[in-house]
Amino acid sequence: MKAFSFERASSAQAAAARAAEVQGAKFIAGGTNLVDLMKLGIEAPEHLIDVSGLGLDRIEETDEGGLRIGAMVSNTALSADVRIRRDYPVLTRAIAAGASGQLRNKATTGGNLLQRTRCPYFYDTAQACSKRVPGSGCSALTEGAFSRQLGVIGTSDACIATHPSDMAVAMRVLDATIETVTPTGMTRRIPLEEFHLLPGDTPEKETALMPGELITAVTLPAPVGGIQRYHKVRDRASYAFALVSVALIRQPDGSGRVALGGVAPRPWRLAAADAELPNGARAVMARLLDGARPTEETQFKITLAERTLAALLLEE
Amino acid sequence: MEFNEPAGQNLFDNARLVGKPAARIDGPLKVSGLAPYAYERHDVVEGQLYGYPVGATISHGRILSMDVEAARAAPGVRAVVTTLDIAPLALGMLNVARLFGGDEVQHYHQAIAVVVADSFEQARAAAGLITAEYATGDAADFDLHAAFERLQGSGDPDTLVGDVDTAFRSAAAVVDQMYHTASISHAAMEPHASIVDWSDGERMRVWTSNQMINWTRGSIATTFGIDPELVQLESPYVGGGFGGKLWLRADAVLAAIGSRAAGAPVKLALPRPFVMNNTTHRAATVQRVRLAAASDGRLTGIWHEAASHSLPGGRGENATAQTPYFYATDTMRVKHHIVAMPLPEASDMRAPGEASGHMGLEVAMDELAEALEMDPVQLRIVNDTQVNPSEPSQPFSERNYVACLETGAEAFGWSDRSATPGQRREGQWLIGMGMAGAYRGTPVRPSGARAILENGRLIIETDMTDIGTGSYTVLAQTAAEVMGLTLDEVEMRLGNSLYPVSSGSGGQFGAASSTAGVYAACMALRGEIGERLGYDAPEFSDGLVVSGDSSQALADLQGRFEAVDEMTIGNFQDNYLLATFGAHFAEVAVHIATGETRVRRMVSTIDAGRILNPTTARSQLIGGMTMSIGGVLSEEMALDTGRGYFVNHDLAGYEVAVHADILDQEVIFLDTADAVATPLKAKGVGELGVCGVGAAVANAVYNATGVRVRDFPLTLDRLLGGLPELA
Ligand SMILES: Cc1cc2nc3c(=O)[nH]c(=O)nc-3n(C[C@H](O)[C@H](O)[C@H](O)COP(=O)(O)OP(=O)(O)OC[C@H]3O[C@@H](n4cnc5c(N)ncnc54)[C@H](O)[C@@H]3O)c2cc1C
Ligand code: SF4
Repeated sequence: MKAFSFERASSAQAAAARAAEVQGAKFIAGGTNLVDLMKLGIEAPEHLIDVSGLGLDRIEETDEGGLRIGAMVSNTALSADVRIRRDYPVLTRAIAAGASGQLRNKATTGGNLLQRTRCPYFYDTAQACSKRVPGSGCSALTEGAFSRQLGVIGTSDACIATHPSDMAVAMRVLDATIETVTPTGMTRRIPLEEFHLLPGDTPEKETALMPGELITAVTLPAPVGGIQRYHKVRDRASYAFALVSVALIRQPDGSGRVALGGVAPRPWRLAAADAELPNGARAVMARLLDGARPTEETQFKITLAERTLAALLLEE
Repeated sequence: MEFNEPAGQNLFDNARLVGKPAARIDGPLKVSGLAPYAYERHDVVEGQLYGYPVGATISHGRILSMDVEAARAAPGVRAVVTTLDIAPLALGMLNVARLFGGDEVQHYHQAIAVVVADSFEQARAAAGLITAEYATGDAADFDLHAAFERLQGSGDPDTLVGDVDTAFRSAAAVVDQMYHTASISHAAMEPHASIVDWSDGERMRVWTSNQMINWTRGSIATTFGIDPELVQLESPYVGGGFGGKLWLRADAVLAAIGSRAAGAPVKLALPRPFVMNNTTHRAATVQRVRLAAASDGRLTGIWHEAASHSLPGGRGENATAQTPYFYATDTMRVKHHIVAMPLPEASDMRAPGEASGHMGLEVAMDELAEALEMDPVQLRIVNDTQVNPSEPSQPFSERNYVACLETGAEAFGWSDRSATPGQRREGQWLIGMGMAGAYRGTPVRPSGARAILENGRLIIETDMTDIGTGSYTVLAQTAAEVMGLTLDEVEMRLGNSLYPVSSGSGGQFGAASSTAGVYAACMALRGEIGERLGYDAPEFSDGLVVSGDSSQALADLQGRFEAVDEMTIGNFQDNYLLATFGAHFAEVAVHIATGETRVRRMVSTIDAGRILNPTTARSQLIGGMTMSIGGVLSEEMALDTGRGYFVNHDLAGYEVAVHADILDQEVIFLDTADAVATPLKAKGVGELGVCGVGAAVANAVYNATGVRVRDFPLTLDRLLGGLPELA
């Protein structure tokens, strides 16, 4: 770990301004992802701005009948909140399926959205990875590479990594919006749908945030009801990232919404695929995974996603 | 003392302590964090600096140059030594890859430099500044399956009995299948770690985490070309070894080199990725198993041919290890091929060979049972033997395999299993039952100890290690038994090269061998006490030494009584085949849509002679069963066949079983007495739990789903294609 300087921000706006001003600055919230990456030499910020003390840790009701979740609300507090459990159960289920109890106690809502990929080549600084070192190439796409955990859709010839968050998949199916403050003190609202960027030629560009911009909250629209499920599929029973996860909201009339985790650089959802829900899992996946480009090792994710959704639809 | 004939009736047959449950005497230290593990021994020597390794980033080739300027100039750095600075070090015992020195790279993350600094963070940051230029070696072939196909049938068989081809031609039922097992990491919780003080370049003190004190002390001497007398090694606590710490590894070597260079003691732990690619692992295997049987199920032919990778000169993972000894058969052909590959060093891991071999043999037995329309338990009973199948003049010292099978089947409720797969469903889960047998040899090694009675207190010193197995406790039970004392009147001192050489821990020989050594030392101490007191035929019980009308409390004896002895093993044991046996039963639930597999309950029945302490022995078994669930369902060192290294080199990517994977586990010990094995009539139990458990799970998955998977780990992608259509 390189030496770095550290400060506690006094307000959200001041934090954003400082982050834009100080060379090599980064925010730190729970630190559960950033500190690991620093230890491994994958990230080397010169200055850390601690945003955990800004009072952004409340969940409030919005005028629209939804909830506004402060960026510093811990994953544990969010998943346990009675309003979330009652009105947005898919979110509780998704968060509880992630990481471990100890990590969820520290992990924050903002940090979770910004956690970085778990591609094993991203994690080995001896290997080429354009996400880590722009333009260095993609080790996962070479002959003989190990790609089983990686993505099948929304990927590019430059990067096939996935976004690993469970929480974000549920938020996507709930139509969440991200609220930020910019270094100049403006408030921005970014639909989660547009928040995580697809890699294209620039896999190092991961989100729609501008330099210094701080996430202050995530808002959820008024509850949509329905039966809400999250099925996370992995090789062991706990403490592993998803091979595939499916977030489902299903209304009594058979309509609903579906988002996938573990397959793409962002929580993966398409309106056209949602519209196919009454026609069953195969129809949904035909749309949702249309154009998928799996590797030999990730081919199974296509089948797995469809079967996982089919099982959820058969539940009840 | 020499053990030169089968043990007769002795004090262990009516024991107070040996064979009875006892909680670990080192438990309180461990759960309170006070047990001194290698990296945390801050108090043993002043002025400890921190070392950090640098590893090669190619699989094989040469280092052309290294740039260490920036590292040398980095804050806090006291020394930087690169592999180019010193001549290639000699290889220690059973080491295959060089641990340091010279310009040749033999595998990924082979150590190429060590940085010593005032703090850990400084050492790590400086290590990150070192760069190397390589000339990469010629493209290597990492296709083990293709190598097997090329080698198949070649070379002299390791074991050949009768005319196998004829047996296969005339068999009523034949199985002929290929099985693959992945490379597996020991993944011990405690990484390899050492503190070394070689400040003066003369005497070397090593505080480390190692299973075999005397071997490793010798290996250090060989590696550095110094007199072993100059080396003192301590390893009183080991946070998991599983065979990964049998040998000298780079942690101690780099700490020593760093210490000499910096003129101060240096502590160094291998970072987790180095545990995967710098240390040893269990090699992947390719196996062809052919079984031929008569219509009554009797085996008429066993053909087991396997291949595994290794660096040149290594032993790989011999998946046929159990096959010559397990089942009665008229004919047999067994062969293991080693395929040279520039991968990290393949070496021993818990039940080396057998753990992988059971995946082939015991799944093939399940397939044979199905082909014969016979119950898998019955098939194994029919093929039991009391003599070594590859050397019929040699009997087993004791073999109760049939009792394991019958007792286990009863306890598990095996009769509820449907012979037709895919019959039982609960909600979205398919339920299946499977079983497999277990065979593991049980070597006994010479083992020594010192017994001291000092002002009434009994102290036992031996270089035996406790790798989490319970050695402290079973050795204390043995000593207290022999001396007529209680458990808390014994002080155990282990894992120090100043103490008499023991068997060490490995190959499931530790407990059986080292308790015999402590027994020998305590008997010698009894003799010494009797002689000094002038007691004829003294007896020791209830804290007293008694002879005729005289008696004294041991607690009242003033001064120091001391005896050193070693239990050696006579040739008579060669007349017998010593082994342990088990039968494992598993019930699994497989998700009908996703193929997620959960092991709902397991029963293992174990035949391993006298069980010295059912509490610690049970922990060995359930630990093995747990390791096996990871091994069969999720553990795989993912090989990048372009780059030649294991990619998922941390505990997030390499998935051992977690708590949520482990549900109900039951262990039943037959608890007999094998008089040929040791004076305590005990054998090993540490490795039996990784022999066959994975096969039982795989067979249960087949029973649940009707999908036969022969490539392990049995991950859900291998099941998906065969699971039922969903509406
Ligand atoms: C062993 C392990 C297992 C895990 N398993 C899972 C899993 O199964 N599923 C899952 O979803 N996650 C998993 N995680 C990831 C975990 O959810 C994230 O580490 C956590 O959510 C990150 O939150 P944090 O507050 O600690 O972020 P930090 O580590 O503090 O920050 C992460 C990033 O976000 C930035 N950041 C933080 N807050 C803000 C803000 N308000 N505005 C702008 N930028 C900000 C930081 O600069 C940094 O780049 C796992 C993590 C570990 C270590
Ligand atoms: S897939 Fe993306 S993260 Fe992984 S190596 Fe390629 S560029 Fe890097």
